[in-house]
Amino acid sequence: MLDDEKADKEITAIPDHRLLKETARQVRLDIVEMLFRASSGHLGGSLSAADILVALFFGEMRAHAGDPCWIDRDRFILSKGHGAPAYYAVLVRLGYFPREELLTLRQFGSILQGHPDSGCTPGVEIPTGSLGQGLSIANGLALAARLNGHASRIYALLGDGEVQEGQIWEAAMTAAHYGLDNLVGILDRNRLQIDGHTAEVMSIEPLADKWKAFGWHTLEVDGHDIPQLLAAFTACKEVKGRPSMIIAHTVKGKGVSIFEGQKKYHGTAPNPEEYQQAVKELGG
Amino acid sequence: MSAKESTRVEYGKTLAQLGAENPQIVVLDADLSGSTQTHHFAKIFKDRFFNVGIAEQDLMGTAAGLALGGKIPFASTFAMFATGRAWEQIRQTIAYGNLNVKIVASHGGVTVGEDGGSHQAVEDLALMRILPNMVVLAPADGPETRAMTRWAAAYHGPVYMRTGRLAVPVIYGNGYVFELGRGSLLREGGDVTLMGIGIMVQACLDAAAGLAQEGIEARVASLGCLKPLDWELVVDSAQRTGAVVTAEEHMVTGGLGSAVSEILGEHCPTPLQRIGLRDTFGMSGKPEDLLKHYGLTADDIKQAAYTVMARKASHLASPVMDRQAPSLAGR
Repeated sequence: MLDDEKADKEITAIPDHRLLKETARQVRLDIVEMLFRASSGHLGGSLSAADILVALFFGEMRAHAGDPCWIDRDRFILSKGHGAPAYYAVLVRLGYFPREELLTLRQFGSILQGHPDSGCTPGVEIPTGSLGQGLSIANGLALAARLNGHASRIYALLGDGEVQEGQIWEAAMTAAHYGLDNLVGILDRNRLQIDGHTAEVMSIEPLADKWKAFGWHTLEVDGHDIPQLLAAFTACKEVKGRPSMIIAHTVKGKGVSIFEGQKKYHGTAPNPEEYQQAVKELGG
Repeated sequence: MSAKESTRVEYGKTLAQLGAENPQIVVLDADLSGSTQTHHFAKIFKDRFFNVGIAEQDLMGTAAGLALGGKIPFASTFAMFATGRAWEQIRQTIAYGNLNVKIVASHGGVTVGEDGGSHQAVEDLALMRILPNMVVLAPADGPETRAMTRWAAAYHGPVYMRTGRLAVPVIYGNGYVFELGRGSLLREGGDVTLMGIGIMVQACLDAAAGLAQEGIEARVASLGCLKPLDWELVVDSAQRTGAVVTAEEHMVTGGLGSAVSEILGEHCPTPLQRIGLRDTFGMSGKPEDLLKHYGLTADDIKQAAYTVMARKASHLASPVMDRQAPSLAGR
């Protein structure tokens, strides 16, 4: 991504859907490998978010070759901080840190903490992991970009169980009140949280109606369909005067049959047999 | 002292001045801009003022995002809601992320008065002092408030500053310059040191004046910068006077009394008496009645000085081995 020949040029990604799909497959392989080596971590929610992150970082977000701190870059906040392995697998492909670091995930002295820590990991904007806080942070970034006259767009990835946190709805009001049309929330609607189905633990439906009622431009997409995700990001740019929420319908543990839709794998690493099967299914 | 100023008002006015000097400064409030005095800034810099409504958690997160976007945010609400309601947001995002957010919270302590215990923050300094990266300030008067506000705007990193509701006597001159980690020696004396923070600095000065009439010379140290605390001034004062009283409009746990105890316990064990609230919440009433009820007056400080000086005298009279002997014999 940080191609020397493009130095000093703004990179505008030209999405190649096949390439993005292949990247998502490799990101999933990395997630499985990292968690297997770490013997811990959040598998299900990392796999459910893989296509969203790949579409966003490699198909949409504006970066600057040679300057990862470019002030006018598009920004991303991983509000569902437990999806860190997917985030790290994307950041490593953007050249933020060497690939061997991936295998140190969650280990003593690693730059890759169990949940994102901007103090340790190049490319991470802010610490997250305590749920419900990222949307407020994204609002602040969106307000700052507006004041600075920057064209940056701000993206925040939320978990579906996360919207049970009251602060999310405080932030939902603030974003609509200030008409933050440079803000896009993406909701990883994988329908599972630690204790079970969201419908059983604490109902969050009707989800789209809630965001609409809070004044947000709301879309629903298949969160594993990269062209649909890219089209949604593009559509959000046309919306003026209000923030956008993309509800991305996903499958927790997506990509590996034994993990899909199983609440057990929310925060569990694969054992050796599961690891072998996952690598096989992902074509590693 | 005749002139009186309220620390929250001086904060609000200074903030409005800073707004004109530095376009990067933005201000956030949670529906209390009249009380916190951020309305002075809001009136002039409408596009740089953000009211998030009654939503303190969102207040802190939004401030964090603005800091991340290169702005210098000042986030204000009541001390109780800033440090209590939104403690985890401050911890997880602002302190952990070491972000350039200034949290300036008004209505610290029992002098909030009639609103009662729910609105009187008597644990805010403790809640902020425990956080890594956080600087914790509580000015004693108008000039110190102005100096600290200006300092905070120029400093890069998270800062918590407590202001009060009442107008309080002016102690410092207008030339006062605040320095991080430095307290001020306001009065020399060799018999006992009175260490105060916030409105209790004036009470310490009043107590020292009263003690002087009785021939007792009290040293007075103002420690408005609670974290990092002026370690040298605390230890030096303890060594010179051999007796210390701390005074704060706050619980005796976690604030100035604790911080001084920790330093002296580790480096210079010295007889110490703490003035502050003891394991209790506030209540409704007139500020002066509440200060009396909770033992936060100059007279209470005087009494504490007598007590601690008596302990110093008994320490000097009886060497360590002698004091240990009875307890060993009693086993």
